Amino acid sequence: MRLEYFQLIDRIVDLDLGKRIVRAEALVPQESPVFEGHFPGHPLMPGVMLIESMAQTSGWLLIALLRFERMPFLAAVKEAKFRTFIRPGDKLDLTAELLHDGSGYAITKGAATCNGKPVCDAEITLRVMPFPNPVFRETMEKTAARIGFPMGALADG
Amino acid sequence: MSSTFDTVANIIAETCDIPRETIKPESHAIEDLGIDSLDFLDIAFAIDKAFGIKLPLEQWTQEVNDGKATTEQYFVLQNLSNRIDSLVAAKGA
Repeated sequence: MRLEYFQLIDRIVDLDLGKRIVRAEALVPQESPVFEGHFPGHPLMPGVMLIESMAQTSGWLLIALLRFERMPFLAAVKEAKFRTFIRPGDKLDLTAELLHDGSGYAITKGAATCNGKPVCDAEITLRVMPFPNPVFRETMEKTAARIGFPMGALADG
Repeated sequence: MSSTFDTVANIIAETCDIPRETIKPESHAIEDLGIDSLDFLDIAFAIDKAFGIKLPLEQWTQEVNDGKATTEQYFVLQNLSNRIDSLVAAKGA
């Protein structure tokens, strides 16, 4: 996880296209410029970045379901709850489940735990659109390779 | 059993915090009620769930953008309700 680059997912752990659920993990870094301000002497992962973590996890689920043909963008977050503090060195186990497959949008339930304890959850709306340009898509494919996104599962599904 | 319009109007009233009595069959969701595209996603989600359908928003948007349809055809609530009825009927066929 590199907070300042919005790289919030380290690895896709499991992708179940049938159940429409993805699991991912991410290790909160020991050091980041983000912690210099949030907060001095008391570093905590910002709640907005926990939301972004759930949104990115949801995004990878949708990219998988859409077979990398379209791109999800965060549109709305509802009922976001932060149940405990996340500190440097904590490991997040993230899940995203598809609640609804709409026309041009999707709704997911995102959640994270740390050592089995609930960290955060939210209902997330994403707009689904064409990739804005080839470079964007290439960047996403490189990211997919970095986080172990199972491209093979798309062909098999 | 309430009409499709009543169900849609109730969804809009609840989702967008619009007084129910101001929502009429002839109301245009965008022009009269001021509903934007993001709020309409919430409405679409609620309609999809309530009727067990998938409103073809992308197709409608494309048709409007291409000049093949007007927004009135899809977003005047009586027209929207008629289209929902058609989608429900098609699902059961």
